[in-house]
Amino acid sequence: MPAVAIDGVWKYYGDYPALRDISFEIDAGSCVALLGRNGAGKTTLLKIMGGLSRAAKGRLSVLDGDTRTRAVRRRIGLLGHGIGVYEELSARENLEFFARLQGLPRPKDTAAEWLERTGLAVSRDTLVREFSRGMRQRLAVGRAFLHDPDLLLLDEPFTALDDRAIALLQKLLSGARARGATIVMSTHQLREALELATNVVLINRGRLAYCGPRTVEMLADPGWLYRNYGEA
Amino acid sequence: MRSLRAAWVVAGKDLRSELRTKETLNASLSFALVILLLFSFILDPDSQTVRAMTGGLLWLVFMFAGALILNRSFARELPNDCLEALIASPLSGAELFLGKCAANFVLLVLVEVICLPVFGIFYNVRWMRQPGLLFVVLLLGAWALTIIGTMFSALTVNLRLRELMLPTLIYPFLVPALMAAIQLTNVLIGGDTLEKDDYIWFRVLAGFDLIFTLLGMALAESVFVG
Repeated sequence: MPAVAIDGVWKYYGDYPALRDISFEIDAGSCVALLGRNGAGKTTLLKIMGGLSRAAKGRLSVLDGDTRTRAVRRRIGLLGHGIGVYEELSARENLEFFARLQGLPRPKDTAAEWLERTGLAVSRDTLVREFSRGMRQRLAVGRAFLHDPDLLLLDEPFTALDDRAIALLQKLLSGARARGATIVMSTHQLREALELATNVVLINRGRLAYCGPRTVEMLADPGWLYRNYGEA
Repeated sequence: MRSLRAAWVVAGKDLRSELRTKETLNASLSFALVILLLFSFILDPDSQTVRAMTGGLLWLVFMFAGALILNRSFARELPNDCLEALIASPLSGAELFLGKCAANFVLLVLVEVICLPVFGIFYNVRWMRQPGLLFVVLLLGAWALTIIGTMFSALTVNLRLRELMLPTLIYPFLVPALMAAIQLTNVLIGGDTLEKDDYIWFRVLAGFDLIFTLLGMALAESVFVG
């Protein structure tokens, strides 16, 4: 049973087709690198998978259901371009708020646990607006992972992270893969993405250019994929 | 019950943020008090004409001050893309909408409660003649403003001129509720007893609230997920 099944998906912004007849499947437990140049449609596709946007045409099944149902969204963790945490709340209040939205049974305990895991326990009651960039990013990672999602949708997760946040994210991603979670991450950092990925999806100007396993050639030469399947 | 709890989680977060920064509350209250003060210079508080238009004046103040609260409702979700995190959570569109409405309603009622005694002093009006019914009208009117304002606040959140667009869009929609609230406020502050005809305005106000609450909840999902 695929974790994500996309069939003939189109998405328009005005008259412009951002996604054109995209079809592919993502096996449960796999780690997919979603690649493509700027404006290719990676973020749009992730938003549709995460239930933030609707496809104009086509069918989409996420975790064997509709992505806008509560049961499916409870199993999705999304880390988008923005960090998705509130500046005027403390780190603890932010995590407790999102734990409550996820319907977790003990939001205070969950928040405390994730403050420890992200190394923010010392600053638990500090307002996020007083946090450094790295601390915010770690809090955002905690927010996306705190409900142990079965499907992780990460939009350029390594961009602008400091080394501590990168280490945290890598550790959490390894943990997520070990427990069988499916990971889809869009990125421009080819080498890091290809080292983690089991599968690769390449999008060129809204069209699917490649969908398949990550091969040895890709790992040896990250430019290989773009040379063989990328835009002319 | 579960939906109400989820909505209250959102409302609690909004109220906590607002009480910490007080940016919307301060702006809305100052604006309301300034309008009340300026109109008190123009209008003679002893004249009978002023008494007859107290309801209109009061609701004009609440509408303008309320627009400032409502404008910030979804705009506060824009920094750090917090709205995306909310929409991606298991919260339904209707729960998010109700939560936002609840927080806006509390703030709006707070502004009304503070403005009312000031209004009484500036315009020499004894507004405590029928406090129970007046409070019901204020609550129903505030909910009407909240529900329409929150709905359009969600629709206009990504517009560059949202501060201008929101009042332009909500005031025409609010005409029936506004007419009912003004009519009832005039009667209640004037100390008159409510006639049979006046109860029609109560029904208009309550019906408006009910219809637009249900409509807002039904449309919320389509508004949030583009």
